[in-house]
Amino acid sequence: MNAIEVSGLTKSYGDVHAVRGVDLTIATGEIFALLGPNGAGKTTIVEILEGFRMRDAGQVRVLGFDPHDEGNAARQWRNRIGIVLQSTSDSGDLTVIETIEHFSGYYSNPRNVEEVINSVGLDEKAGSLIRNLSGGQRRRLDVALGIIGNPELLFLDEPTTGFDPEARRSFWALIEKLRGNGTTILLTTHYLDEAEALADRVGVINDGKIIEVSTPAELGGRSTAQALVSWRDGAEIKSLATDNPTSLVSKLTAQFNGEIPELTVTRPSLEDIYLTMIGITHE
Amino acid sequence: MNKIPSAISLGIRRGGLEIKQFSRQRESVVFTLLFPVILLVIFGSVFTDTIAPNVTFSQYFVAGMIASGLVNTGFQALAITIPLERDFGALKRLRGTPMPASSYFIGKAILVSVSMVIQILMLLGFGAIFFGVDMPTDINKWITFTWLTLLGSACSTALGIAFSIVPKSGRGASAVVSPIVIVLQFFSGVFLIFTQLPTWMQQFAALFPLKWLTQGMRSVFLPDSFATQEVAKSWENGKTFVILVVWLVIGVFFSVRKFKWDRD
Repeated sequence: MNAIEVSGLTKSYGDVHAVRGVDLTIATGEIFALLGPNGAGKTTIVEILEGFRMRDAGQVRVLGFDPHDEGNAARQWRNRIGIVLQSTSDSGDLTVIETIEHFSGYYSNPRNVEEVINSVGLDEKAGSLIRNLSGGQRRRLDVALGIIGNPELLFLDEPTTGFDPEARRSFWALIEKLRGNGTTILLTTHYLDEAEALADRVGVINDGKIIEVSTPAELGGRSTAQALVSWRDGAEIKSLATDNPTSLVSKLTAQFNGEIPELTVTRPSLEDIYLTMIGITHE
Repeated sequence: MNKIPSAISLGIRRGGLEIKQFSRQRESVVFTLLFPVILLVIFGSVFTDTIAPNVTFSQYFVAGMIASGLVNTGFQALAITIPLERDFGALKRLRGTPMPASSYFIGKAILVSVSMVIQILMLLGFGAIFFGVDMPTDINKWITFTWLTLLGSACSTALGIAFSIVPKSGRGASAVVSPIVIVLQFFSGVFLIFTQLPTWMQQFAALFPLKWLTQGMRSVFLPDSFATQEVAKSWENGKTFVILVVWLVIGVFFSVRKFKWDRD
């Protein structure tokens, strides 16, 4: 069964059509990244899936449940999902371990509190009041509260904003660990390297519509896009876009009789592809 | 697969957490718990007259302050702090967990009850030691006191949660809520003797629970002979009960139906 099934989803705020007919299927165990500029409708879609917002039209099933439904079934459903919101803060008068321990009591089968603290790298801060944590440490606490219930499906809304590079790497390692447990993850992010490192598939959304869903390697025809070969020829830098970089390089090797000065072969990065996609749809 | 904890057991856990959080906020502890005692010291020192045979102003004032404490620790505190929690995003995060709304409400009710008990003990202790406030000796008066406190706390908690949907932001909440409470305190005979107020003020106050709580507390702490000096020439405790229940139902209805977890 799929973890998330969405078809024909629409949502407007007054005259603003935030989501305009979105179809989306996310398989169980998949890590899916939703990319898009600010105001594209990412957060609206995710918040509808999380049960925070009402939709205007369309079908939505999350773990087989309609997030719009209320009552005891909704509690059972929330027991199976984890949510890391974009910005949360607290009065800060509790310690890290008190907060995580308290939240663990909400779920039927919570993960071990010490283990979760360790996996987000907050061991040394376990006894600190939340008010004394740095921004990045608070974010890690948010993630800890999202996974304490041992969710089958985890929503991560821009989880690593404000992380230093080292913290991002260790966060990525944590996500890989969750993937190993079979957790389905829906991630929104601004960082394309993050999507590339983590996601099985990415969906690019702009102006309330999904433009393309693909693997990071194949998005926007990236895998078949021409490679750019550049090298130094005397005083000038030459470059050539080609479908066959290997044969060009071997031709150049023969021409230079060995080492080609300042040789680079590049393919468009995910960011190049993404920016092109967003740019095109703006016209 | 274990079962999800029940709403009541989670509510008790939330109550413990609320108390822990509250006790670590020194300003609010001082303001909420000590403020009524400070007022008692001020008013008790300024007004030293007796207002009827065997009834000092302090005696009258303690009854009013206990009633008013119910409104401060419940309605006022919750209608100010819940919008703050909403602004922080703390409520939205809770909404995303299997914790039901009822557990959150139970937790708040526990916090209100505990701070109310502390406040009552401090008011009665200070009143008895420094201002000669007499404690009732009749068991029936203590029974009245118990149901008034329980029903008053519940009513005040429910109305505070319900009113938390009114302030647009946490920062503005105090400016919306505090004037309402202060006006009601003056109109309901907390700081001033009720029967000396203009009739229109008395009639306006009679629409709201504070006037009835104050009158009920006077029935506990003032001699029965004083009942004849009330507007209705009696304590009207039956009427007080009904009016508090009606407001409780209104508060619970709006809390359950209209509670806002998110800013927008």
